[in-house]
Amino acid sequence: MLFRKLAMALVLGGFSLVSYAQKGETVKIAWIDPLSGLMAPVGSNQLKTLQYLAEEYNKGNAAGVKFEIIGMDNKLSPAESLNQLKAAMDQGVRYITQGNGSSVAGALVDAVNKHNERNPGKEIIFLNHSAVDPDLTNHKCSYWHFRFDADTSMKMEALTTFIKDLPDVKKIYLLNQNYSHGQQVVKYAKETLSRKRPDIQIVGEDLHPLAQVRDFAPYIAKIKASGADSVITGNWGSDLALLVKAANEAGYTGRFFTYYTGVTGTPTALGQGAAGRVYQVAYAHYNMTGPMAKYRDGFKAKFKDDLYTGSMISIFDVLTGAMAQAKSTDPVKVAAAMHGYKFKGFNGDMEMRKLDHQLQQTLYVTVWQKADKKYPYSPENTGMTLAPVKTFEPYVSSTPTSCQMKTP
Amino acid sequence: MEFFVISMLNGLSYGLLLFMLSSGLTLIFSMMGVLNFAHASFYMLGAYFGYTLSGVLGFWVALVLAPLLTGAAGALFESQVLRRVHKMGHVSELLVTFGLSYVVLEVVQLVWGRVAVDFTAPAFLQGPLFTLINHSAEGLSLVAGAAGGICTPADPAVRIVCSPFPATRGFIMLTAIGMVVSLWWVLTRTRAGLIIQAALTHPETVETLGHNVPRIFMLVFAMGTGLAGLAGVIGGFTFITEPAMAATVGSVIFVVVVVGGMGSLSGAFLASILIGVIQTFAVAVDYSILQFLSDLGVKLSANAQNNTMLQLSVSQAAPVLPYLLLVLILIFRPRGLLGTRDV
Repeated sequence: MLFRKLAMALVLGGFSLVSYAQKGETVKIAWIDPLSGLMAPVGSNQLKTLQYLAEEYNKGNAAGVKFEIIGMDNKLSPAESLNQLKAAMDQGVRYITQGNGSSVAGALVDAVNKHNERNPGKEIIFLNHSAVDPDLTNHKCSYWHFRFDADTSMKMEALTTFIKDLPDVKKIYLLNQNYSHGQQVVKYAKETLSRKRPDIQIVGEDLHPLAQVRDFAPYIAKIKASGADSVITGNWGSDLALLVKAANEAGYTGRFFTYYTGVTGTPTALGQGAAGRVYQVAYAHYNMTGPMAKYRDGFKAKFKDDLYTGSMISIFDVLTGAMAQAKSTDPVKVAAAMHGYKFKGFNGDMEMRKLDHQLQQTLYVTVWQKADKKYPYSPENTGMTLAPVKTFEPYVSSTPTSCQMKTP
Repeated sequence: MEFFVISMLNGLSYGLLLFMLSSGLTLIFSMMGVLNFAHASFYMLGAYFGYTLSGVLGFWVALVLAPLLTGAAGALFESQVLRRVHKMGHVSELLVTFGLSYVVLEVVQLVWGRVAVDFTAPAFLQGPLFTLINHSAEGLSLVAGAAGGICTPADPAVRIVCSPFPATRGFIMLTAIGMVVSLWWVLTRTRAGLIIQAALTHPETVETLGHNVPRIFMLVFAMGTGLAGLAGVIGGFTFITEPAMAATVGSVIFVVVVVGGMGSLSGAFLASILIGVIQTFAVAVDYSILQFLSDLGVKLSANAQNNTMLQLSVSQAAPVLPYLLLVLILIFRPRGLLGTRDV
């Protein structure tokens, strides 16, 4: 049955593509993210995800193009990323993707802007899969940058709407990484909480160096001393895994409101102990049905690893759709088609908003609990899962933008 | 109160781990005049050896064998490489250890990969060593192991705060103290220690007395790197075992050695504890220059109040504090806290 469907799709796809000029072209995408250092586990999972999805889309897609992924290690450093961008350009790459570290994304946006201005005919498109600093779609917004994650202002809007209905949250501690993303989490958490729950007290806030801290015990001791019943953190990768590990060891029993509980390392560090106390806000979750489930299971079968960067599915959906529409793989034409592109993806109806190139999509708040019949998927085989507790339609989590985009 | 106790213990255990590293470094320096840039690489090697061996032979064997292997690697490096460049002076020695740190890093990445390995504490070290219980009515008390159900009071009016102290950290402290005592005993109470001490200050005389000084140097180098390896095994499962672990402690142990005084073991001990405790407690202090100025009664404009430099709190600056201490020591007391010679 599946085979017949697939064959049908291939035949139909082949027929409909005959007239398209871009058919059969190879599109190189350079992935510029960490493969060394503390964030390497996250990076290597995402590179595998991108390669896996490229293979899947190469089996057949609306534009009839082939994707080739070039993985480049940026060591989580903006300077190193610019070197890699240059290397990618030398290889004739016209599409780049990155997501780990808004600091890196900021540097790449600047570099891509300059390059595109100075080299007409050689434009590059930046597909941002996970960098969520709102600045990137506000005062630093760029026509060549497209964000497929939801930014901090959207996630915090959803998260605080959820917290609003939890009366026993009274004292919150903000612990974040000391760079653009972490600072934005602090800013938006304070702003939205004072609007929605003015009675909640922020009993402490801390910024620690990004991907440097090995031992979070002193921070946990401080959080305990502050009397906080909940912690809001935008930490990811090792910074979240080691944080929850230290919290478990020091017997901290408060709640954690996070962005990235499902990301490599953290499920294992959480283990079974933290059921019902750890929440995540994200544009996807492990127990979705449809395309996300298909890729998630395929990925798990192939790599024994979890697929959590669903934004990459949207990247391929938008790219192939826009290329088919533009009948070209030329970034100038494709960008014009992506500008305001509407589609039905793994996360329902989505739109690449014209104003700022921020993908408008549904957000979910999930909670860490035992995997059961209803929500069976267990990340890192922990026997636990992230079960959805609240869904926010795109119009709810959508936030205004101050972007004044220069359209070429 | 429980915050102070737990933080103090965290600081002490971190400081003691630093001492296990810096003692070897300072021993090698005082004996051979070599600043071993690759010292932290031996720490990393110890962690990875410990990881691999504990998977095959069990934890206890790994705890003994990994430092021995690391020490053997150190002895090999000293006798085959360092000794050859010794005659070309200190700069060459410095450069060759610097080069070694890169070689070790690349080898570790080749063998074990760039991603952190899953090196966890053995079962008997998982869980708390003891739990500090702060009962709002009955005051402070101590329970060995996990506290269990006591932490959730039946009566909502009673506030109970349980602060477990992880057994891994207790193990660090125990091992480090055991190491300090045995090191002290070897150096001051045994014949070998006497010869080492003599070779420190008067190598020619010791040589004319018929002792093999190059071999003593090799043994000291092996001992120093072996201690680093031991610290690596323990630090590896307490914190995280990954290729950047050498770089993160590498710079701090140099600070320890300089602050304590080059070549002074007791100085290294004092400085390790000092830095461990300062770094841990600094995280808890939210005091900033801005607050300091406003406490002094200085009125600042709104613009100055938004200055990020002035807003920088001590907790944010915590990772920089050891280096600040280094600069201050170099300015005001270049010989270090307990050192006898200038840097």
